[in-house]
Amino acid sequence: MNGWAVAVGQPLLVVVLAPLLIGWMRLIRARMEGRAGAGIGQPWRDLRKLARKEPISPADAGWLFTAAPPVLVATSLLIAAIAPLVATTSAAGGSADLIAVVGLLLLGTVALALAALDTGTAFGGMGASREMTIAALVEPTLLLAAFALSARAGSTSLAAIVNAGVHHPERLVSPASLLAAAALAVAVLADTGRMPVDNPATHLELTMVHEAMVLEYAGRDLALVELAAAMRLSLLLGLLANLFAPWGVATSTGWAGLLIGAAALMVKLTLLGGVLAAGEVLLAKVRLFRVPELLAGSFVLALLAVTASFVLA
Amino acid sequence: MNLVAGGLGAAIAASGVSGLAAVVLPPRWRAGLVGIGTAAAGVAGAVAGGAALSGQVWRSALPGVLPLAGVRIEVDALSGWFVLLVGGVAALVGVYAAGYAGRTGAGASSHTALAALPLFVAAMLVVPAAGSVSTLLLAWELMALSSLLLVMIEHTHGPAVRSAARWYAAMTQAGFVVILLALVWVAAACGGESFAAIRDAAHGLPGTVRGGVFVLAAGGFAAKAGMVPAHPWLPRAHAEAPSHVSALMSAAMVSLGVYGIIRLGFDLLGGGPAWWWILLAAGGGLSALYGILQAALATDVKKLLAYSTVENTGLILLGVGAAGLFADAGQPGLAALALAAALLHTLNHAAFKSLLFFAAGAVVRATGTRDLDALGGLGRRMPATTAMFAIASLCAAALPPGNGFVSEWLLLQSLIHALPTASDLNAIAAPVGVAVVALTAGVGVAAYVKAFGTGFLARPRSTAAKTAREAGPAMLAAMAAAALGCGLLAVAPGLTAPALSRITSVVGGGPPMAGTTRLRLPGVDAVYSPLLIIAGLAALAGGIAALARVAGRPRRRAAAWGCGNGPQTARTEYTATSFAEPLQRVFDDVLRPEHDVEVSHYAESAYLVERVRFQTRVPDRIETYLYTPLLAAGRKLGRAARTLANGSVHRYLAYGLITLLIVLVAGVSR
Repeated sequence: MNGWAVAVGQPLLVVVLAPLLIGWMRLIRARMEGRAGAGIGQPWRDLRKLARKEPISPADAGWLFTAAPPVLVATSLLIAAIAPLVATTSAAGGSADLIAVVGLLLLGTVALALAALDTGTAFGGMGASREMTIAALVEPTLLLAAFALSARAGSTSLAAIVNAGVHHPERLVSPASLLAAAALAVAVLADTGRMPVDNPATHLELTMVHEAMVLEYAGRDLALVELAAAMRLSLLLGLLANLFAPWGVATSTGWAGLLIGAAALMVKLTLLGGVLAAGEVLLAKVRLFRVPELLAGSFVLALLAVTASFVLA
Repeated sequence: MNLVAGGLGAAIAASGVSGLAAVVLPPRWRAGLVGIGTAAAGVAGAVAGGAALSGQVWRSALPGVLPLAGVRIEVDALSGWFVLLVGGVAALVGVYAAGYAGRTGAGASSHTALAALPLFVAAMLVVPAAGSVSTLLLAWELMALSSLLLVMIEHTHGPAVRSAARWYAAMTQAGFVVILLALVWVAAACGGESFAAIRDAAHGLPGTVRGGVFVLAAGGFAAKAGMVPAHPWLPRAHAEAPSHVSALMSAAMVSLGVYGIIRLGFDLLGGGPAWWWILLAAGGGLSALYGILQAALATDVKKLLAYSTVENTGLILLGVGAAGLFADAGQPGLAALALAAALLHTLNHAAFKSLLFFAAGAVVRATGTRDLDALGGLGRRMPATTAMFAIASLCAAALPPGNGFVSEWLLLQSLIHALPTASDLNAIAAPVGVAVVALTAGVGVAAYVKAFGTGFLARPRSTAAKTAREAGPAMLAAMAAAALGCGLLAVAPGLTAPALSRITSVVGGGPPMAGTTRLRLPGVDAVYSPLLIIAGLAALAGGIAALARVAGRPRRRAAAWGCGNGPQTARTEYTATSFAEPLQRVFDDVLRPEHDVEVSHYAESAYLVERVRFQTRVPDRIETYLYTPLLAAGRKLGRAARTLANGSVHRYLAYGLITLLIVLVAGVSR
C-alpha cells in the first residue's frame, strides 16, 4: 500500500515541484544579475498559458513529431515512479535499476531528437545532431559512475545503493564516492542541457542544442516538452543528491518518514538548484567542440572512481 | 521418434526439394515456391533447435554418406540454440525472398540464386549440428561457397559487387584454412576427429597445443563473425548482396562464428587460461567500438547495418571472453551470466538485424538507392516499412524497452558484479569492458537515430524517394513476423532462461537468470521488468496524448519556420553526413576523415569563384593500414614467384626431384 503511494506520489510531487525549481533558479539568477525576477511561480503560469494554445505541426512532420512530447513526459514520470527520491520503498522500484533508468532517460532524448529531425528544418537537424553527440558521450560516464556506485552497494538497484548510503554513511566520503559524484555531476549538467554544456536561455543558432530541437513546438506540445525538461532536471538533481547524500530518504513504510523524505527532497533541490543557478551566472558556455573534452574529463573521473572503489575498498 | 532428428531431416529434405524446384520452375513461380520451401526448411530447423533446447540430444553417425570419415551428427543444447536461430532467420528470409526476389528470372530470382538459397540454409543448419571435425569443415565450406554465390549474384550491377565478392571469397577462404589447420591439429593430437574423442583427450594436451589450436581456430571463426581486423568483407558483402541474403548472412551466418568459438573454447577444450579470453575480449571490445564508430559515420544504409553487425559481434565476443575469464578466475556464476548475455545477444541481434535488413531492402527496392543522403520522407509513402525500421532501430540501439537492451543489460551486470571478488586482471578488465559497452551503446544510439531520422523522416531528398511505393505483402509479412520476434524477446526474455541455463551449465554456476517478464538474476542482486516498463510507458504516453487531445484545442498544420526565407525545401534539411559531422569531429584522431576541397576561379579574376567542389570520405583506417600493404606484398610475392616458372621442363623436373628428396629425408629421419 505504502509502496504504491510512493510510486504514485513521487511522480506527482516531481510534476508539481519541477517548474517551481526552474522558477527558483531563474529567480536566483535574476537577483544575482541585479534584476527583480518574475517569482518562482512564473514557469507554472507559462505552462498554463501554453497548454491553452493550439499545437502546430510543421507541414512535413509525421506522427513522430506529435508522439514525442507525451513519450518524453512518460519516460520522466516512469523514472520518477522508480527512483528513490522520497523513499526507497517504491512499488515500481523493482522494475528497473540504475542502468535501465539511464536507458529510459536516453529514450526520452531519442524521442525528442527524432521529432526534431521530423520537422525537416535545418535547426531541428542541427539540434538533434548536437544532442545525440553529447548523449553518446554522456552515456559512458553515467554507466561508469553507476558502476562505481553499485560496486559500493553490491547491486545496481537504485534503492539498494541509497539504502547502503543510509546505513553506511562512512562510505559516502570515500574517494571512490567523491570521484563518482564529480563525474555524475558533470554528466547531469550535460544531460539536462545546463551551463556550461548548453545554455537553456539562448536562441542563438550557433549555440543552441536543446532549444534548437524544440523550436517548432508550440502550444500544449511545447508545454509538455518544457514540463518534461523541468522534470528531468529535478529528477537528476534529486537522484544525485540522494545517491551521495541520502539523509532524510524514507527507508521504511511509515507515513511520517514519507513526509520527512518529501521535505528533505525539497530542501536538497532548493540547495542544489541554488548552487547550479549561481554557478550558471558565473560560468560561460563552453564551445560545442570543447564539450567532448569536458565529458572526457568526467569519463576519466568515473573510471578513476571505479578503480578507487576496487583498490581502496 | 526423436524430434531433433525429424526436424533436421525435414529441413534438409525441404532445402533439397526447394533447390531442385529452383532449377526446374519457370520464373513466374520460382521465387514464391522456393521462398516457401526455404521457409519450411527454416521452420523445421527451428523445431529441431527448440527440441534440442528442451533437452533432447541426437547423436548419429552416418558412415556411408561420405567416403573416409563419414558424417557425424551431435546435437546438444548449444547446437540447438544456433539451429533454432538459423532456422528462425531462414523461415523469415524465405517468406521475404518470395516477395523480394521478383519474377524476372534474372539476378535474385535466377536459377542459381534461388538454388543456392536453400543450400545455404541447409549448410548453416548442419554447421552447429556437426559432431566431428570433417563434418563441421564440410558444412562450413558449403556454407561459404553457397553464400559467395549469393553475394555475387547481382554481379552485373557494377564493379562494386564483383569487388565485394572477391574480398568475401578471399577472407572466407583464408579463415577456412586457419580453422582447418587448427581443427586438424587438435584432431591429430587427440587421436580422433569426432567431437567426443577431442573432448576426452583435450585436457591431456600440452598447453602450447591447446593455446595454438584455440588462437588459430578462434581467429578463423572470428573472421567469419566479422571481428576487427578481419571485418572488411562485411560492409562490402552485406551492402552488395541482395537484402534477403544480407539478412541471412548478418543475422545467421555471422553468429555461427560465435558458435565455433564457444564450442571449441568451452566444450571441446573445456575452458582455458586467462590470456585466451583477454585476447578474445580485447578483439571484441575493439570491434564493438570501431564498428559502431564507422556505423555512426556511414551514409550507405546497408553499410551502416553491416558495421553495426561488426559492433554487435564485438559485444557478443566481449561477453564470451568475459565468460571465459570468469570461469578461469573461479567465478562460475558470473561466467554463466556473461555467456548467457552473449548467447541472448546473438538471438536478439538475429531478430532485429534481419528486420533492419528487410526494411532496408524494401527501401532499396522502392527507391533504387542505399544512400541515406538521398532518402528521407518515406514515413508518408512507406508507413509500414518505416514503422518496422523504427522498431528495429529501437531494439538495435539497445534502448529500453527493446530486446537489444536486455542482453546488454545482462552483459553489464556480469561485468559490474565481477569487481568485489575479482583478481587483479579482472579488476582492470571489468571497468574497461563496462566503458566499452557504454560508449558503444551511446554512439549506437546516435547511429540509429541518424539512420532512421534522416532516412525515413521529414521531406524526401530525391525524386526516387518522392515516388517510393510500399513493399509487397510477402515482404511486409516477413517484417511483421520479425518485429513480433523482437517484441517477444523484449517483453519476455525470461522465456529463454531454461534453455540458456542448460547451455551455460558447461561453465557451471547454476541458472544465470529466472523469471519470464520480470527478469531476476539469482547470482547477483538485479531485477528488470520489461513488461512493466512497456506497459507503464504505453499507458502514460497514451494517457497524456489522449488527455491533451480531449482537453486541448485541435492541432493545426503550418509551414515550418524558415528564418523568413520562404518555404523550406529538402535542400535545407540536415543530411546523414551533416548529422554525423560533430561525432566525426570528436573522433577525428581515430577515424582520420579525408576532405577534398577544390575551388575553381573564373579566368577573369582569381577573386571570383566559379564553383567549389567539396568531397569528404571516411576511409576504413584498419583496412588502409593493414590490408593495403598486405595486398601489395602478396602481389609482389606473386610477381617474384613467376620467375620460378620460366617454362623450362628441366627446371620443373628438378623441382620435382628436390621435393621428393626432401619428403624422403623427412620420412627417414622421423
